[in-house]
Amino acid sequence: MSKQPGVLAIGIARGILEIKQFMRQRESVVFTLLFPILLLLIFGAVFKDEIAPDVTFSQYFVAGMIASGLVNTGFQQLAITIPMERDDGTLKRLRGTPAPTASYFIGKIILVFVSMIVQVALLLAFGVALYGINLPSTPERWLTFIWVMLLGIASSTILGIAFSVVPKSGRGASAVVSPIVIILQFFSGVFFVFTQLPTWMQNFAALFPLKWLTQGMRSVFLPDSFATQEVAQSWEHGKTAIILTAWLVAGFFIALKTFRWERS
Amino acid sequence: MSNAIEVRGLRKSYRSGKSVLSAVRGIDLEVRTGEIFALLGPNGAGKTSTIEILEGYRSRDGGELTVLGEDPATTNLPVWRNRVGIVLQSTKDGADLSVAEILTHFAQYYSNPRDVNEVIASVGLEEKRNARGEHLSGGQRRRLDVALGIIGNPELLFLDEPTTGFDPEARRSFWELIRTLRSEGRTILMSTHYLDEAEALADRVAVMNNGVIIDCAPPEQLGGRDREKVNVRWREDGALHQELTDMPTDFLRKLAARIPGEIAELSINRPSLEEIYLQMIGGTNE
Repeated sequence: MSKQPGVLAIGIARGILEIKQFMRQRESVVFTLLFPILLLLIFGAVFKDEIAPDVTFSQYFVAGMIASGLVNTGFQQLAITIPMERDDGTLKRLRGTPAPTASYFIGKIILVFVSMIVQVALLLAFGVALYGINLPSTPERWLTFIWVMLLGIASSTILGIAFSVVPKSGRGASAVVSPIVIILQFFSGVFFVFTQLPTWMQNFAALFPLKWLTQGMRSVFLPDSFATQEVAQSWEHGKTAIILTAWLVAGFFIALKTFRWERS
Repeated sequence: MSNAIEVRGLRKSYRSGKSVLSAVRGIDLEVRTGEIFALLGPNGAGKTSTIEILEGYRSRDGGELTVLGEDPATTNLPVWRNRVGIVLQSTKDGADLSVAEILTHFAQYYSNPRDVNEVIASVGLEEKRNARGEHLSGGQRRRLDVALGIIGNPELLFLDEPTTGFDPEARRSFWELIRTLRSEGRTILMSTHYLDEAEALADRVAVMNNGVIIDCAPPEQLGGRDREKVNVRWREDGALHQELTDMPTDFLRKLAARIPGEIAELSINRPSLEEIYLQMIGGTNE
C-alpha cells in the first residue's frame, strides 16, 4: 500500500476544488470581483477633490478598497459560506475521510489568495485606466504591498474560519456577519479619511485588523508626505505587522479549538 | 482479529437543559469481518448515535470498543479513516460538481484509492458521470454517496439508511451493489428502517429499541422466528381454514391424506420478520 497523501497535498487539491466551485457560482464571482470596481466608480464620481496635495480621493480609496477586499473575500465570505457547508453536509462528509482539518483550512487560504489576486488586478486596472491611479513606484513599496497582502489574506481567512462557528445556520449567516464588516469599514477609514473620524471611532477601529490593513495599503499607494497626516504621523509598519500577526495566531488557535463540523 | 467491530457496554447520553436523555444504554455488539450486519430499530432507538460513535464522529460516555482493531476515540483518525468508508444519511453537498469530479477529488485523500471509472460503473452511474450533483435524482444521489464511501477502497463500510426514498426497482439494484461489496471481502454495517432490506441483505441483524439491543441473530432466527408456530391455510368444502402448528410437516401429511388431489389455496407461513419485529418493539416500549 502506498503512503497516505500529506496535509499539504490534500490542502492543494482542496484549493483547486474550492476555486472550481467558486467559479461555478456566478453570483459570487460577480459580487466578489466586480463589487469593488462598482464602489470605485460610485465614490470616484461623488468625490472629485484632492484630499491632500497630489492625492485624489480615488487614490486614497483604492488603498481602502484593497484592504476591505481582503476582509470581504476572506473573513466575510468564509464566515457565511462555511455555515452553509456545515448545513449541506460538506463538512460532515470531509470529517469522515482521511483529510486533516488543516488541509481544509489550506484549501480556503488558496481560494482567498487566488480570488484576491484577480480582484486586486481588476481593481488596479480599472483604477489606472479611469482615474489615473498611481501604482506603487518603488520596489520597497511593492514589498510592503506583498507582505500586507499576504498577512491580510492569511489573517482574514483564518478569522473567517474562526468566526464561522458564530452563525447558527447558513441562512442566517449573512445577517450576522455583514453588519460587522460594514461597521468596521466605516470605522477603519475605508470610505472616509481616517483622521477625520471621531477619536473614539479611531481607537475602536485600531483594535481590529482592517484599520491596519487600510493604513498599510495607504503606505503603498499614497506619497510619503501623507504619512504625516496619519494619527501617529507615520505608517507604523512594525505595529501593523505585529497586530495582524497577533490576530492571525489567535485566530488560528481559536479556529482549531472551536471549529464545528456539524450543526449542533 | 476476526471481528471488524467489537463493542462492550457502550453508553451515550445527551444533556438538554436539566434533562438527560440516555440514547445508548450499555450495548454489546460484534460485527464479524466480511459480513453484512444490519441495525434495525424505530426512530430514536439509538441506532444513529451508536453508528456515529463507531464512525468516530461522536464521543461516548462509557464502554469499550474497537473498530478494525482501533478505538476511534483515541486512534490517529486520518490514518484509521483511510481504511473506513462512511455513507451518511441524506446529503446535499457538491451540488456544483460532476460525479466524476467529486470522485476524482476524494480519491486523492486515500493511500490506495479505487479507480474512479470502475467505481462509477460499479454504482451504475456511467450515464451520469458528467452530471452535476444538483441534477441527480434521489436514488442517483445515494449511489454517489456510496461511490464516495468506497472510493478509498475501505475494509469496513458504514451505511446509514442507504435506501430511504428509493422506488422498489432502485432498491433491488442497490441491494445487488451492496452484495457485490460484500463479495469483495468488505465488512458492512448498515442501519435501516426496512425489514425486507435487512432480510434480503444481512447475515445478522440486531434490533435496537430505547437504547438497548433486544435481539441479535440471523434474520431467519430473529426473535425466535424459527421456533414460532407456523400458520397453515387452505380451503376445504368451500370454507377457508387455518391452523397454527409446531409441526407443519406432520400436519400437512394428515391434510394431504384427507383431501384428494390438490389442496385449494394452500399456504404455509412462518411469521414475517415484520410481525416478529413489531412484537419485539411493542414488547419493550415503555
